[in-house]
Formats: sequence, C-alpha cells, structure tokens
Amino acid sequence: MKALLHLVEKMKPAFSKGGKLEKLHWVFDGLETFLFTPGHATERGSHIRDGIDLKRTMSVVITALLPCLLFGIWNVGQQHYQAIGQLVGLGEGFWEKVLFGAVKVLPIVVVSYGVGLGIEFLFTSIKGHPIQEGFLVSGMLIPLVMPVDVPLWMVAVGTAFAVVIGKEVFGGTGMNVLNVALTARAFLFFAYPTQMSGDKVWVSTATDLNLPLVDGFSGATSLGQAATGHVDRIASLSDTFWGFEAGSIGETSAFACLIGAAILIITGIGSWRIILATILGGAAMSWIFNLVGANDYMRIPVLHQLMLGGFMFGTVFMATDPVTAAQTNTGKWIYGFLTGLLAILIRVVNPAYPEGVMLAILFMNVMAPLIDHYVVQANIKRRLKRAAVQTA
Amino acid sequence: MSKNVRIRKGLNIRLKGEAEKVLVQLDPAKVVAIKPTDFHGLVPKVLVKPGDPVQAGTPLFADKYNERVLWTSPVSGEVAEVVRGDKRRVLEVRVLADAETRYVDMGTGDPATMNRETIVQKLLKSGVWPVIKQRPFDIVADPAKEPKAIHVSAFDSHPLAPDLDFVVRNHGADFQTGMDALAKLTKGKLHLGVSDKTAAREFLDARNAVRDTFSGPHPAGNVGVQIHHTNPINKGEVIWTVSVQDVLLIGRLFRQGRFDASRVVAVTGSEARHPKYVRTLIGAPMKDIVGAVPEGTRVISGNCLTGDNVGADGFLGFGHSQVTLLPEGDEPKFFLTKGWAGPGLDKFSASRSYPTWLMPGKRFAMDTNQNGEERAFVMTGQYEKVFPFDIYPVQLLKAILANDIDQMEKLGLYEVAPEDFALCEFVCTSKINSQSIVRDGLDSLKKETT
Repeated sequence: MKALLHLVEKMKPAFSKGGKLEKLHWVFDGLETFLFTPGHATERGSHIRDGIDLKRTMSVVITALLPCLLFGIWNVGQQHYQAIGQLVGLGEGFWEKVLFGAVKVLPIVVVSYGVGLGIEFLFTSIKGHPIQEGFLVSGMLIPLVMPVDVPLWMVAVGTAFAVVIGKEVFGGTGMNVLNVALTARAFLFFAYPTQMSGDKVWVSTATDLNLPLVDGFSGATSLGQAATGHVDRIASLSDTFWGFEAGSIGETSAFACLIGAAILIITGIGSWRIILATILGGAAMSWIFNLVGANDYMRIPVLHQLMLGGFMFGTVFMATDPVTAAQTNTGKWIYGFLTGLLAILIRVVNPAYPEGVMLAILFMNVMAPLIDHYVVQANIKRRLKRAAVQTA
Repeated sequence: MSKNVRIRKGLNIRLKGEAEKVLVQLDPAKVVAIKPTDFHGLVPKVLVKPGDPVQAGTPLFADKYNERVLWTSPVSGEVAEVVRGDKRRVLEVRVLADAETRYVDMGTGDPATMNRETIVQKLLKSGVWPVIKQRPFDIVADPAKEPKAIHVSAFDSHPLAPDLDFVVRNHGADFQTGMDALAKLTKGKLHLGVSDKTAAREFLDARNAVRDTFSGPHPAGNVGVQIHHTNPINKGEVIWTVSVQDVLLIGRLFRQGRFDASRVVAVTGSEARHPKYVRTLIGAPMKDIVGAVPEGTRVISGNCLTGDNVGADGFLGFGHSQVTLLPEGDEPKFFLTKGWAGPGLDKFSASRSYPTWLMPGKRFAMDTNQNGEERAFVMTGQYEKVFPFDIYPVQLLKAILANDIDQMEKLGLYEVAPEDFALCEFVCTSKINSQSIVRDGLDSLKKETT
C-alpha cells in the first residue's frame, strides 16, 4: 500500500492549487479519500472519534442492498424463462437465469452510477466542495426500482434529473428534501408512463430466438392485475414473500428486503422505528380495508398485502433515508406510520397508481419537516411549562 | 429530597491505560504556569511583572471586567514570564518556584460559623473563587449573584477518568469543610451527585448536602446531566457547579488558611508508560507529570473527550485532574486494511458497523485520527442515543449554526455546556465539531442576554 500511497502523493501537486489539473481537485480528492482515510488528526473538541464515517455507513447500506440486487438478477432471468416456457421450474437453469439477468441488470447499474457520479464530479468541481458519499447508495437504489425493460437512456435521464433537481440544487448530500432514487423513479413514471408502468415492461420478453410466449402470459405485476380488477391473478403469499413474481428489479423479494432490514437494524444505520412504524401503518390500513371489505382488493389478507409490490423494499430502503425522513424519534413513528398507511391507501383506492409506496414516501418526505417541527415545539412547550411550575 | 436517577442513554468508551490505584508524590515543580485560557471568555488584567517576588496566594491576574475575581500563584518564588499570543493575548503567567513554599496567610476558620459575605470574600481573595463555575454559559461564577443551587458531582464517568473515591480518601475533613462553605453560598440546596458504585464514606456520609444517586453509562457523572435530572435550569436561573478536587481546595483554604494548590492527577492513556495517580500542583509542567514521551504522542491535559492538547512542554490545566496520552493519528489509512472498508477489528464504534461490538470486554488504543471527513448532517438518531437530556441536540446545533438566538434559548441551550455534547461529537458520522458549536452558541446567547 506504501507504493500506492506514494503514487497518490506524487500525483497530488498536479491537482492542487496552481497545478495543471487544478479544476479536478475535488474529483481527485474524492478518489484519494476513497483509497485512504486522510491522516487528519482532531484539532478541536473530542480528541478521539468513532470509527464510523459516511463512507462506512454507505457501504453498509450497499451491503444490505446486495441480497435484493442478487435476487433481482436471478429473478429477471426466471421471469424471462417462465414467459417463454423454458426452464420454468425454480431449480432449473440457475446459471442461464443469472446470466440473462446480469446482462439485463448490470448495464442499468453501470449507467446509473456513471451518470450520477459524473454529475457529482461536475458539481464538485464547479462548487468546490468535497464529493459527498450520498450517491453511492442512490446509484444502487435507482436500478433496483426500475422495470427491467427500461431503456438505458431513460435511466440516464432520470438519474440526471434526480441528482441535479432532487439533490444538487438544494446543496448536495444531506440537504435534499426528497429521496433521490424515488425522485428519479417518479420523474420517469410521470414523464414516460408507457415505459414505466402497464404490463409490457416488467418481464424481459426479448429473446434472440424470437420464441413465442406461453399462452396466458400477461407480464403484469400482481398489483397491475389487482388494479385492473383481477385480484384472483395476484401471486401467492409464498411467491410474494420469496419474490417469484414480476416487478421492479430489486423489489419483488420481501425475504431479501428483510435480510437487508436485519443488516440495517443490527448495525444501527437504518432506523428500526421507521421500518416498524411503516409496517404497522401498512398493516393498519390493510386491516381497515379488510373490515370494510367492499371489493376483492380490500379483502386481501394483511400479510399478503404487505408482501405485494414494493412495500417492503420502500419500507426498508427508501422510507429510512435519514436525510429525507423525520429526524426526531417521535417524528419517526408518525412519519413511518403515515407512510405505510398512505402506501396501502393509494394502492387500493386509486386505480391510476397501481403501487402507492413511491408516492406515499415522497409525500411524507415533504411532510417530515412539519412533523419534526411539531415534535420540537412540544419539547419547547414542555420546557416553558417547567419554568412556569417552578416560578408559580 | 434525594433522588435515584438511572441514566439510560450514553456510552462508555473502553480505552486502554486506566490508572493503577497508586499515588506517587511528585518532586516540587520548578516552574508552574497559570493559564487564563483555561477560563473561557476571561480577559485577564495581569497584576505582576517578570521578576516580581510572589508567595503562594499572591494575585497574578484578575478578571478585567470583575476585578474582585483573582487568580493567585500556586507556589512562592519569582514571576518568570508572561507568555502572550496573537494580539498580545495572555496565554500563561509562569512562576519559578522556590525550593520551600511560603504561603500568604489567609487565616483559618470554620465556614459553619461564618456568614456568606465573609466566605465569598475569603474565596475571592485567596484565588480559589474561579473554581466555582456557573450555568448557563459554563463560565466562572459571578460573585455578585446568588445561585438557586450548587451541584457537585462525586464521580467522573469520562473515559479513563480518575476514581474520585480514591482521590478523596483520607481527605474527608477537607471535603466536608469545603461542602460546608459551599452550602452557605446558596439559599437553595447543595447537591452531591454520587454513583450507585460510590463506596467512599467521605461522600456517602457528607453532611449539609442533598445526595442524589446516579447509575448508567457516561455522561452520568457530568454535572450537567445531574442538574438536568434533579433540578433543571429554567430561563433566568443560575446554578453553580464545583468539582470534587476543588471542594477539597476550598476545604484546605478554610482549615489551613492558605492557597494549597495541590492536586491528584490520574496519568492515563494507552501511551502512558505506567498509568497511575500523582500528587502535584495546579499548573505543574507536563514534563514532571508524564516524563519524556515519544514522538507522535498527544499529551492531553484533561480527558480525551474534553481536555486540551497542551503538548509535552505544556502545563496542567487549572481545573484538570487527569492527563491522557494518546497516539497521534496523522497517518493516512488504506481503505481496505485500516480504513472505512477494512475489517476494523481495532476500531471502536458506537454503531455496530464494525465487528468490535461483538467484543464487549475489549479495550481499545484509539488514536486521534478523525476517522473520516467532515460532512453535512446525514445520519439521525445518533446523538439522541448518547445524550441524556430532554433536549433535541441536532435541532439545537442547527439553531446555533443559523444564529437563531430565540430558538437556541427555547431549545434549552442555557442548560448545557460544551462537555455535554462531547459524546455527540465522538459518535458523529459526519464528524461535526459540536462542542465548539455549542460554545459559539453560548457566547452569542450571553452577548445577547447580558
């Protein structure tokens, strides 16, 4: 590592003030600090500091996302082979499916990171601030909430929109109001509805051999079926739990999401309060619908309702985004509960949006500062009351 | 009246280098330094010139804006130097010590039979007064005011902190006399906060004070936490605080009639060759206390969370009873081995993102590396886990950063001191220096309200 450190040190002057590549200083700085945690000793305050930093935090979140990514890659292959009627069994052709999925999914990941980091580098050079690590996670979340057949140029446009309008205009990582990955998805959802919804995009049916699709293949997601009145055609509880169904690349497996949730909660990086509150909110709404029972959709059992669509994925990885969620512990309970409630409400009641999680989280992102405001006001009132009691 | 409080939020940072319970009497210091910079916001008016002869107890400087408050020499001898920094700011007043200490006679007396004004005068004249701190603002108490209560914490929960049970042993009479004097300074109560593990009879049998018992992790021993849970400060109220060793100092003043600045200091930290307790003087040179230290060692007067980096040539801070020696962390760390993506078997973290949380008994030799770069606030809920106040720490810090005086006050800034935020600063993923932010906030609030 000494040799690498020497190399970095040797290159440094060119990127420093007055150097040939001065403009790229912060890009260089980003790469340098990626390789080497700088030898910055503490100057003020506490002389020792916790081992954690934002890079470690982000790498833990990415680790938590890996089960979803890996399962998603396999599932893309599985759905494809199921559609063309080959290797239909779950245990058959593991490597063929993984290969097919990887060819489909990895380019989306590459485009998302390439475009996002490119823009970060650009802004970093223009604004002269260090690269912040937020996009490391956003860049992984964006592919996982895309349908598999999304054109790559759309991934690029959506990512660019999210990073510039969703984040950089507010001042970068830590300053954004809306979750960056969901901003990308929402932008594409409303700008290009035909490529982002319906029943043609969730299963990759393009094949080299132009094989005919199996009879009765629809390509719609469970929620797509339910929204069009075919509640009887949604995937079974066990299929939705394990994720053997069509949907966005990384969202289908509740099991993979739960592994991620365990990693986030054990490390203390994801808020268990938000995850639990969102699930409770979703369960409460599903239960209320069960009681009303006006149609088949409302009668879906609570557990099944929560396993469908992107509910678990959104709960674990999107609602918990610390920057855009409520920040106070009390606020987190309220924020999470309402997110879960609204997600199921939109999903079941509004036929225009088969899945409500994305919109519920974005809406609650906007509401989070208001929730926190009232929580903090309550604290202020408590303090004033204490003073009044003392002086009385 | 006495309360039992269990502190649930907090963090014990497990460091190597706890002081062994042996007390070594150091040789008399040849030179000592009293540092106005140990007292935040103090503008000193120097009363001596180099060459002036002084006795232990002779005033060296006074508070320019409150000239009754004096700082006196801990030794007898000759003023050596007035060390000044930028803009002629006084950094140190150094005194060369005689072999034999001659004391200014302040007269003995039993505080129980004295009135408040006499006690105040005695404390002011002897140079002991500055050990009394006030909240809000965490500054030297104003002798013209009367506090609603006085709090003394009888245990220090900082990493590697001295065991005050050990420090107070055999000094029960001094301690009690000091407490008797303090009790006279307020019409309210004198509070003594002990830990559930406190065993010293000197504390448990102390008279004239309300005894509150605290349990739980650091910062349970911080007097700010104890005040918050037993007798919170409301807007407009003033509370004074005194440390145990300073109570002993007050006690000695009344019992012996002189400014006896001796102090027991715990020498701690992974770089300390023999972590132990030493008896020395306020303002003693670090060289006497820690000996020669190897290159690349940080010499901290105080503990690792709130102390000052004074260097091997520096002097013990006025209020400090601990010295911490840590390895400097100024080497870059490769990300896969020692950095952010490494296995991290030697990294202590309040989060469980490194496997060391599975080793609850392990002690760490932490260096002074920041372990990352400063970032915007990203993570939430982190400070709340180590901040046992009914105060929203992040919101308070943001109010200070926005210089919103009204909001800082409403959020409870007058209840806290920078040291209360030391753990927030330690655990912060974004490496935000919250102690200095809080200090800035207190300064603005003080400027605005007084």
